[in-house]
Amino acid sequence: MRRHLLSAGDLSREDAVLVLDTAEEMRSLADRPIKKLPALRGRTVVNLFFEDSTRTRISFEAAAKRLSADVINFAAKGSSVSKGESLKDTALTLQAMGADAIVVRHHSSGAPHRLASAQWTHGSVINAGDGTHEHPTQALLDAFTMRRHLGDLEGRRVTIVGDVLHSRVARSNALLLSTLGAEVTLVGPPTLLPVGVASWPVHTSYDLDSSIVKSDAVMMLRVQRERMNESFFPSAREYSRRYGLDTRRMALLPDHTLVLHPGPMNRGMEISADVADSTRSVIVEQVSNGVAVRMAVLYLLLSGSNVPIETPVGES
Amino acid sequence: MTSSEPNPLPVLLRGGRPLGGPATDLLLDEGAIAAIGADATSRAGAEVIEVVEADGLVILPGLVDLHTHLREPGREDAETVETGTRAAARGGFTAVHAMANTDPVADTAGVVEQVRRLGQEAGYCDVQPVGAVTVGLQGQRLAEMGAMADSAARVRIFSDDGHCVSDAVLMRRALEYVKAFDGVVAQHAQEPRLTEGAQMNEGPLSGMLGMRGWPAVAEEAIIARDALLAAHVGSRLHVCHVSTAGSVELLRWAKGKGWAITAEVTPHHLLLTDELAATYDPVYKVNPPLRSAADVDALRAGLADGTIDAVATDHAPHPREDKECEWAAAAFGMLGLETALSVVHQSMVDTGLLDWAGVADRMSFRPARIGQLATHGRPLAVGEPANLVLYDAAVSEVVRPQDSASLSRNTPYAGRTLPGRVVATYLRGRCSTAVETVPA
Repeated sequence: MRRHLLSAGDLSREDAVLVLDTAEEMRSLADRPIKKLPALRGRTVVNLFFEDSTRTRISFEAAAKRLSADVINFAAKGSSVSKGESLKDTALTLQAMGADAIVVRHHSSGAPHRLASAQWTHGSVINAGDGTHEHPTQALLDAFTMRRHLGDLEGRRVTIVGDVLHSRVARSNALLLSTLGAEVTLVGPPTLLPVGVASWPVHTSYDLDSSIVKSDAVMMLRVQRERMNESFFPSAREYSRRYGLDTRRMALLPDHTLVLHPGPMNRGMEISADVADSTRSVIVEQVSNGVAVRMAVLYLLLSGSNVPIETPVGES
Repeated sequence: MTSSEPNPLPVLLRGGRPLGGPATDLLLDEGAIAAIGADATSRAGAEVIEVVEADGLVILPGLVDLHTHLREPGREDAETVETGTRAAARGGFTAVHAMANTDPVADTAGVVEQVRRLGQEAGYCDVQPVGAVTVGLQGQRLAEMGAMADSAARVRIFSDDGHCVSDAVLMRRALEYVKAFDGVVAQHAQEPRLTEGAQMNEGPLSGMLGMRGWPAVAEEAIIARDALLAAHVGSRLHVCHVSTAGSVELLRWAKGKGWAITAEVTPHHLLLTDELAATYDPVYKVNPPLRSAADVDALRAGLADGTIDAVATDHAPHPREDKECEWAAAAFGMLGLETALSVVHQSMVDTGLLDWAGVADRMSFRPARIGQLATHGRPLAVGEPANLVLYDAAVSEVVRPQDSASLSRNTPYAGRTLPGRVVATYLRGRCSTAVETVPA
């Protein structure tokens, strides 16, 4: 494994499979009475969040704590944009505190890259979502969830639907799923597919119905209602009609097809309540798998891939 | 040093190659080229003079920059007229056009005269202020362009650079109005609505990097509109920092119509591409953004065939904290004065697209004509002002930001090896690069 996890595209197939296999072992811990490993005892993990995301932060926090790491949560409200403390000074502060890993969420694309490449800190940098760029641990947990239900993802068809242009989840998933051999189709209105998407390792379509009938998994992206004010689509209702997953569309899916959503959902917009709560939906499972995947990432980055997973605390 | 001080001694430049041609001697005396060839050699023998061994060095007319941000008044933490013009001299320039986006904005006779005076006091190169087109660069109403034209600064180029004069009526009026004093409007072509929050060239890479795209059409649509407007009212238009292949095509079309349109390209758009944005290092963040390799090729071809008239640096110094941050928070712009000639050497001369006479045309003759500078961009001939640069085209050097004369360090070429080196620049017969010692 590399020292940082900045982009899902940085992971080779071997790296990705190692993370997923390790996450499988981490997940099995959840079934034991004591859910804690001593692997990162004495190491410090900082959750540096320039943007609110309680879900992602508590997922990383739970992961680090189950590995016995010390966790510091740093909610940096300011940024150099708002003339608060700069990214550099924040990084220097965390370095001085001895952070072994910095989990960073930032509203600016590339901020984790800056943190990792500018030599302001020596710790591992984990991208927990940067602007409209990437969210690699989300892609790993999505792949992990799909793999648990579908087996090896080689040749599997995954359809990702919605606001690809602004979605870090879509970018990371497109990269990781292609690395794992899956066939990815991005579906959305032309205004929400990026210019140049033809050069990505994916198919694209503007028509949801024809895409989902051959899918093994359908991932619905969150669409912000505000986008209609920027003329990306005419109205929430029209968006929902053309690109929402409702009961009618769900009936078109093959029996085994999974429905995923990275959350938080806009029920009634991109996904109907019936679909979200259906048996195909693995949305709640995605959340619990998130902890296992993030444990695997922290473990592999901080303790090295060659160290075997130690026995749980108190079980030796 | 001050520019009014006469050079103490005549100077003999021995063995240099004017415009890269055959070696000869040049005698500089009383601010002019006094003699060339055998005449210079023999006269030098009779007088007490300073001899400069210029054996094999290329001699070019002093370079003229149409687009320089000297930051004074207002941002003296980034650059001053003194440090900026010192960097200009070290880059081979004898005249620079100081852009109007200072604080206060150069939109009155008072500010442009102040900038001109600061240039005279520093003495490293002539500073020709550019006046704002609209008050405060706000794009609302015309600045007093007539007063700036009539002032001691004799402003002829007007620009809201950094902002596009996007209002079509205001642009039309500006183009019409400057005809009264033979001025020219230099447009920063950037359709504002198409570039709201834009960070980098819109293409496959911006989509991958998750950065708001800056489409080529935002530049091209304005160039097309302005060319039509200039033709309609019979005025002159200059297009700043052209960056796309489509812009070159539009310029070729407009010039083909016989319209009075000129254009410039920056050194960085001749060499660097948007691939560099993948580093997320804001030293590569610039307005207009770095474009694709195909755009670079089209810009080079356009400069070679004269569709693009001039190379202009868009030298844009920024203090360290404005670049040591995440990309979106960083300032736009990069240094350019000290590396311009070397970058043109690499992108145009080493590629066979221009010879040294062509470089002199695009970096001195034509920009001086566009700026209407009478004593710059003159031929290397007896009786002409002794504004020239000695350039060693045989060496190559690694760019070290810490060696820059600029107050800022935001060069995109740090660590890169570039060909050539400016050995000396002469402004009216005086060496304007002599006071610095360049560390090894």
